[in-house]
Amino acid sequence: MAAEEAGNGFNIHPMDQFVVKPLFGHGDILWYTPTNVTLWMGITVLVIIALLVLGTRGRAVVPSRSQSIAESIYVFVYKMLEDIAGKEGLKYFPYIFTLFIFILVANILGLIPGAFTTTSHIAVTAVMAMAVFTTVTLIGFYKNGVGFLGLFWISSAPLVLRPILALIEIISYFVRPISHSIRLAGNMMAGHAVIKVFAGFAGALGVFSIFPIVAIMAVYGLEMLVVCIQAYVFAILTCVYLNDALHPGGH
Amino acid sequence: MASETHAAVSEHYVGMPQLNFEWFPNQIFWLVVTLVAVFFILNRIAIPRIANVLAERHDTIQRDLEKAEELKQKAVEAEDAYNKALADARIAASQIVAETKAAIQKDLDKAIAKADAEISAKTAEGEVKIKEIRDNATKAVKVVATDTAVAIVDAVMPAASDAKAITAAVTTRLKG
Repeated sequence: MAAEEAGNGFNIHPMDQFVVKPLFGHGDILWYTPTNVTLWMGITVLVIIALLVLGTRGRAVVPSRSQSIAESIYVFVYKMLEDIAGKEGLKYFPYIFTLFIFILVANILGLIPGAFTTTSHIAVTAVMAMAVFTTVTLIGFYKNGVGFLGLFWISSAPLVLRPILALIEIISYFVRPISHSIRLAGNMMAGHAVIKVFAGFAGALGVFSIFPIVAIMAVYGLEMLVVCIQAYVFAILTCVYLNDALHPGGH
Repeated sequence: MASETHAAVSEHYVGMPQLNFEWFPNQIFWLVVTLVAVFFILNRIAIPRIANVLAERHDTIQRDLEKAEELKQKAVEAEDAYNKALADARIAASQIVAETKAAIQKDLDKAIAKADAEISAKTAEGEVKIKEIRDNATKAVKVVATDTAVAIVDAVMPAASDAKAITAAVTTRLKG
């Protein structure tokens, strides 16, 4: 990157957008320092309030547009949870809904040019994934006791294969939080970095910058899709893990 | 490390910002704050409110459907009542027609009977009159015949003129 900078007009720094900066001054970033993370998470909260609280303040039987959006998201997550984890899973609806709406709104806000994408950071997604992993594991043991280990002992397989399958299942179980978090952060980071790289080309190509600009538009459209799908994937996997904890024999 | 980071921030960042562990506590802290805030907003306000609205809508639709079913039932009942009323009216109408017919027939019969009676009375009267006239005529004929016979007998055989005998003879002749 430094070489490019020195060599010609290319000024491509796709990772700069992910840098955490203090909002005020240039001091150290301590755990409580208000940073751009704070700013964009705050905006996320405000957007969620605007959508789900202010948008539904009419409490109308025939909904307004904003209320209709809020209801659609609610019903979407509710049905997803009910379909995957059953009636018992509905108890955990507020948690799933919190994760889904936070990731969705943060992802979409990240697409605003110049915005900081909080969900592109592994620190953020890993905390959520670990929270899901820990909670789901605890629920599994709490609800089923030792029977939860039956999740790894596949009784439908031939007896000889079971120990091997158990090993594979245990490994895949512990890989879950890693894949869960890296999938989201990786998607966010990659898409934004690609856009930034094309933007760098656009700055250097003069009249031919039309090509990178068209490419940016295409990638941006794709990213619109990806941010929603990733929020959905995160939520649906959470539901699947929850279902495993509630019904470990349900293979 | 801190001074290096500052240099990187002021210039351009080298490597992946995602793996800068110095920022982790900050991100995690604010994430937890955010998630707790979002959770409370959703759990306290948004979810109950939306759930209420959805339940209310479901109830309203259910109620409306029931009402519609009820109204449909009522419409069917009304149609039945209408048909029944129509049938009743038909029966009543035919009854009235029959009654009227009977009454007319009765009046007619009475009138005919009356007319018949009058006609027979008149006939009887006429017959009486005719009889009277005939009697009178007969009497007159008898008188005329007797007178004529007396005159003839007087003229032909004045000796045999016997008024009584002639009268008896005429009477016998007239009867015959």
